[in-house]
Amino acid sequence: MSQKPENLDFSSEAGNFSYAEDYAFDAGVGLNEQTVRYISKVKGEDEWLTQFRLDALKIFNEKENPTHWATERLNELDFSKIRYYLAKDKKNRRSWDEVPEDVKKTFERLGVPEQERKFLAGVDAQFDSESAYSSMKSHLEEQGVIFVGPDEGLKKYPEIFKKYFCSVIPVDDSKYSALNSAAFSGGSFIYVPKGVKVKQPLQAYFRINAESFGQFERTLIIADEGSELMYMEGCTAPRFETSTLHSGVVELVALKGAKIQYVTVQNWSNNIFNLVTQRGRAEEGAEISWIDCNVGSGLTMKYPTVVLNGKGARGEVVSIALANHLQHQDTGAKMIHLADDTTSNIISKSISIADGRASYRGMVYIPENVKGCKNNTVCDALLINSNSRTDTYPAIVCSGEDNFVQHEASVSKLGDEQIFYMRQRGLSEQEAMSLAVNGFVNDLVRRFPMEYSVELKRLIELEMEGSVG
Amino acid sequence: MKQGLLIEDLVVEVAGKRVVDGLNLHLPKGEVHAIMGPNGTGKSSLSKALAGSEDYKILSGRVFLDGVDIAGKAPEEISKEGLFLAFQYPVEIPGVSIANFIRACLNARLPEGEEINAPAFYKELYAKMQELGMDKSFTSRSLNVGFSGGEKKRCDILQMLMLKPKIAILDETDSGLDIDALRIVSDGVNAARSSELGILLITHYQRLLDHITPDKVHVMYGGKIVETGGAELALELEKSGYEKFKK
Repeated sequence: MSQKPENLDFSSEAGNFSYAEDYAFDAGVGLNEQTVRYISKVKGEDEWLTQFRLDALKIFNEKENPTHWATERLNELDFSKIRYYLAKDKKNRRSWDEVPEDVKKTFERLGVPEQERKFLAGVDAQFDSESAYSSMKSHLEEQGVIFVGPDEGLKKYPEIFKKYFCSVIPVDDSKYSALNSAAFSGGSFIYVPKGVKVKQPLQAYFRINAESFGQFERTLIIADEGSELMYMEGCTAPRFETSTLHSGVVELVALKGAKIQYVTVQNWSNNIFNLVTQRGRAEEGAEISWIDCNVGSGLTMKYPTVVLNGKGARGEVVSIALANHLQHQDTGAKMIHLADDTTSNIISKSISIADGRASYRGMVYIPENVKGCKNNTVCDALLINSNSRTDTYPAIVCSGEDNFVQHEASVSKLGDEQIFYMRQRGLSEQEAMSLAVNGFVNDLVRRFPMEYSVELKRLIELEMEGSVG
Repeated sequence: MKQGLLIEDLVVEVAGKRVVDGLNLHLPKGEVHAIMGPNGTGKSSLSKALAGSEDYKILSGRVFLDGVDIAGKAPEEISKEGLFLAFQYPVEIPGVSIANFIRACLNARLPEGEEINAPAFYKELYAKMQELGMDKSFTSRSLNVGFSGGEKKRCDILQMLMLKPKIAILDETDSGLDIDALRIVSDGVNAARSSELGILLITHYQRLLDHITPDKVHVMYGGKIVETGGAELALELEKSGYEKFKK
């Protein structure tokens, strides 16, 4: 009873449709100085930003693909065949009625307006390079909350934007942070003023509609002292013949006593390279939580990070990765303890099915000059069927006095015998696998907002349906 | 009426080897039968084949469960027709709690979109667990993970009591049990005896039959039933062994 699925149907089926589009703005194929100037010009940027992009391009070109530690699969990415900027127009719409019909249809099929009505405080819906719709509830606007795209953020709030832009992730952090800095378009700029607690989540939805395209959103979130925010991002794309690239950069700044929760449900189609840099800086007594779920994409490389920069700051990464046929989920977390009494928590659960591959890379850094720091890492893997593969690469530096690190890891297997046992009790193969996977991630799924956890369970069930041969 | 399990001329092959070779058996509901025989005579193969394991190929013969031909059906279909197999070695299933598992199995028996009543389910579950001397805290533990041999067997019997099959095959249920666990499991099986359930005990020791008295004892040898008798046949075998069946 070996199931080596040949033709997998991916759960990203829900997002597997596209409408033909006319793009008014198209930077063409490949990335060079001209492309970068084109993007900057279309956006009407100041000279310093154009120069910033050009400098980043240089760094991008100089840096090697990190295949010396990461997968060789990165070499399959051909940067010269990708389109770096595509937009229908540059209008930012506050009402769904103004959004062009086919774009609106896309987001309706994905359920975005419905979710907005039900439980969101604000939505930004990005279609290829630019935002098609963005809106926030008026009471938040009155409290001074800012939720706009980076272009608008820079124009309207330059003093906040410039102060924090690139302050957490430098341009030369990696080849991909440089790429994003050169070509960024779309994403969110959020500022929550002192003491304001945003009760409902803000959501960004990233949609890739065009083939051989690169989406480079840039998100910058600043939670001022004592404020609170939950931000969620979702993403889908149709299944294309050629590789498509998503390479976002997300910077979070939680000032004294602030709290940011950043939730991702990534469901890209399986030929998308998802190479994302996400990092937050937590000041005194602040808390940053990354809740990260990777179900889709062909290759994801993503290690959400918290830099614990102020005394008593707390960081957390809760991560679920599901690697099915042809997928490699290379995910993990980094916790950088730079102040006393900082604590961090990493919980990672990965599921590998058939030839899917899940890797965990974790870094915990506690240097000599800090004290009273704690990290707890739990890293569990579930293998379904014998040819699955899972790897764990923890890097832990813990020096100094009174610092404490704990790392637990486990691997469980679900094979033919277990599945036969469950089938003997009346469950189909798919039901058996769904039950096992849902059971395995259940305690983490509970950490997602209600609406998302329901969606997540459904997603896992769909994924299992596809993996039964 | 009392149809139960009817096996006709069953031939089963596993990995190219004939393990069941022309077996006939009738187990009506309401009765307890024991199949005894030396190791390697095809007893466990028979139970796996009846349960629909794809590794056990049914070459010929027929298997009826209350008149429905179940030979060749998928394991979950056979289960839903009312056949339950308590495994010789119950496997560990990480991440799936006993309660959620049994609930999912019961829900799988309902038409799509319907679900069992949760409070009634838990009430029944706790009552059955008490019968089997299982602590309530077991419900939230992963199925069989880290369980002792006796706990695993009890967990299987618990599933049997909850799923209410028409035919239950208990494959070497006594193996790995100490005297106390054996008594508890046997009490559970005895309590489940009813006119609605036929039980097939697969064992090669008399000791289980000291606790559960069978209506009939079959001797399996060389892939078929070679002798059938009453409960006293088991005692006789205990004394004389299987020597006389060797040709």
